Amino acid sequence: MGDIRLMKGNEVIAEAAIRCGCDAYFGYPITPQSEVMETLMARAPWEETGMVVLQAESEVASINMLFGGASAGKKVMTSSSSPGISLMAEGISYMAGAELPGLIVNVQRGGPGLGTIQPSQADYFQATKGGGHGDYRLFVLAPNSVQEMADFVDLGFEKSFKYRNPAMILTDGVIGQMMEKVELTAFKPRWTDLQVEEISGSWAATGKNKNRKQHIMTSLEMVSERQEKNNERFQAKYKQMQEEDVMFEEIQCDDAEYIIVAYGVSSRISAKAVDLLREKGIKAGLFRPITLFPFPNKRINELADKAKGFLSVEMNAGQMVEDVRLSVLGKTKVEHFGRMGGIIATPSEVVEAIESKLIGG
Amino acid sequence: MTAIKVEDIIKPDNLVYKKSSVLTDVPMHYCYGCSHGVVHKLIAEVIEEMNIQEDVVGVAPVGCAVMAYYYLDIDWMQAAHGRAPAVATGYKRVNPKKYVFSYQGDGDLAAIGTAETMHAVNRGENIVMIFINNAIYGMTGGQMAPTSLVGQVTATSPHGRDVDLNGYPLKITELVAQLPGAAYVTRQSVHTPGNVRKTKKAIRKAFENCDKKIGTSFIEVVSTCNSGWKIDPVQSNEWMVENMFPFYPLGDIKDGERDDVDKYLVQKLKK
Amino acid sequence: MTEEIIIAGFGGQGVLSMGKILAYSGIMQDQEVSWFPSYGPEMRGGTANVTVILSDDRISSPVLNQFDTAIILNQQSLDKFESMLKPGGILIYDPNGIFNPPTRTDLKIFKIDGTRLAAEKGQPKIFNMIVLGAFLKAKPIVKIENVRKGLEKSLPERHHKLIPMNLEALELGEQELVEVR
Repeated sequence: MGDIRLMKGNEVIAEAAIRCGCDAYFGYPITPQSEVMETLMARAPWEETGMVVLQAESEVASINMLFGGASAGKKVMTSSSSPGISLMAEGISYMAGAELPGLIVNVQRGGPGLGTIQPSQADYFQATKGGGHGDYRLFVLAPNSVQEMADFVDLGFEKSFKYRNPAMILTDGVIGQMMEKVELTAFKPRWTDLQVEEISGSWAATGKNKNRKQHIMTSLEMVSERQEKNNERFQAKYKQMQEEDVMFEEIQCDDAEYIIVAYGVSSRISAKAVDLLREKGIKAGLFRPITLFPFPNKRINELADKAKGFLSVEMNAGQMVEDVRLSVLGKTKVEHFGRMGGIIATPSEVVEAIESKLIGG
Repeated sequence: MTAIKVEDIIKPDNLVYKKSSVLTDVPMHYCYGCSHGVVHKLIAEVIEEMNIQEDVVGVAPVGCAVMAYYYLDIDWMQAAHGRAPAVATGYKRVNPKKYVFSYQGDGDLAAIGTAETMHAVNRGENIVMIFINNAIYGMTGGQMAPTSLVGQVTATSPHGRDVDLNGYPLKITELVAQLPGAAYVTRQSVHTPGNVRKTKKAIRKAFENCDKKIGTSFIEVVSTCNSGWKIDPVQSNEWMVENMFPFYPLGDIKDGERDDVDKYLVQKLKK
Repeated sequence: MTEEIIIAGFGGQGVLSMGKILAYSGIMQDQEVSWFPSYGPEMRGGTANVTVILSDDRISSPVLNQFDTAIILNQQSLDKFESMLKPGGILIYDPNGIFNPPTRTDLKIFKIDGTRLAAEKGQPKIFNMIVLGAFLKAKPIVKIENVRKGLEKSLPERHHKLIPMNLEALELGEQELVEVR
């Protein structure tokens, strides 16, 4: 048995960062995710692994510190909640444009604007369709347990270095604030300078020497033809993500007539709803996208051959439902159910939505 | 009369000036008379003389110097508008042995990036910040800068800068000098050979400070922008001496190291 | 076995830490657990509540609108959660400050006079452990031995000297539990 603890989702993000050999965290306090930096500061990893933890003057500064740290070929991360992620959008776009790895955690709260500090999933569009300006995507992971909060830190770094593209953990106030049993992994040491050179030496700004050309971390290209080539390269990466790294989970989908599609905390609530529906004799199932980009549209399309209907359950006005519809391609009915403004839907509400929107509707 | 052979002219004994090996062969895009080229050259020379080409990383801004990476043969990061000090911080914190410098204009450093400027210096980041102040936005076509003088005509202050409308010219270098994290804050120019030499000395000192871990070194170079000012290069130098220097006087403002923490420690919070 | 519990009262009554101890005890007997608090400004001086689930299987929703057990420590919480108990569920409350007692007849209802007992001992901090002890008497879902192990694991070493006092409080709660109906 490994190191088993009872921890909050936010706390475990910090612990997992230290354990996976993260080089630096830059952040700015915002509810409901301030425990991430608080935990890091209390743990003082600079004494243990040499990891840097710095409270920046703003989210704008945080994400640009990420740009700087990532330019050095290091594993760097930040975390924030919805309004803070909006402030970071510019920097994230620059990182995608400059092809820099890095991990961004969004513990979503309700919006728009200052909104509410209560949980929400209203940043789905922002996370999966770009968020900042320009044609870019993030690799988006959606944990639905404290264990996955821990596991996806390492995984997020792995994918962001694989694609030289920022990755995001898109979670919410429930997963961030709740405690669950979690098994922590063993410590991985931070990369040495030699390893950084091996892994990222072909592109990172590690210092220009006589044996190589300059390495320039920029998203600027004044020649349109070349910028089109850049964009084609980015698109090829996004396509490769789609081919190689889609992740999802199916619960009782094999014989399901009605399939709930939900991620994050909504998938937990929906799992309970599936149990309640099955008790009533309704063949329900749960399809949980784990990567929101790349979205598992191929598998959903296959499931649509047999299912009578899909219900996208999200804590928003209907965002992921658009991707579910684009996956189902009109084969069958796709509806949405969601609560907004920080209200968490209950399992019985989901049951009612299935009954009224899919079965009765 | 015998013709002088080219070989005779370029023989090593005749060498009086050599382009720094840290400068690339890419022709600079800067306008004739612009100060950027001179400052680039000085940075290149300092890097070469200190033999730190492999250990230095620059942060380019948004503005005329956005493509500074074409001209200095080192690794670079090109930051979002105003964010160079944050990018420099992120790099320096994970790679503390490297020399990191940011290179920004007045719009970048003193308008959109004021927060990043103040906080990087306030933390005493062991980096070099080079600030080109030409009192105008050159890249976008001569609009008003935070440092534009009162009454100065620009594309967005066609009737002259009016303090009621636009506020006052910002002496950000004096503000930065107040910050405890600043080690060395100076204002220089590159309009005469003497001033060029002084500026080079300042840049050298700033890079050397990085090793000493004594805080941020900040160099303002009061500069010309004849295109933006819509006068010729010679007139620009004169205009700068006549109008800019009285408001932005040259010289060191702070020279030492970042403030002793004891000055800021409340008695009862002392350990 | 799955036990879905709501613990609710005022901020400062130790609602969240009682839930945490319960969850840790569940881990000590190899169960899956979840702990989800109300959070934000409402915690500051207002009401606090936490949903705790212990289960032998993977836990689905950490957020519930129906509970097996409600541990209720003030009137507002009683008003809010009485209706959310499953028929046959357990409601255990501290009568201190309760002017409208529970009315449902399809529940097992218990009282524990935790506030008074803690005050008599002169140790207001053991209040939540008295209540927890009473609950574990009414529904022994975790062994006291596992509570002790949970405390050992969750408390920093320097606080381990407080464990005996807490276990005594648990015992006191067990003894003082009153069945209402």
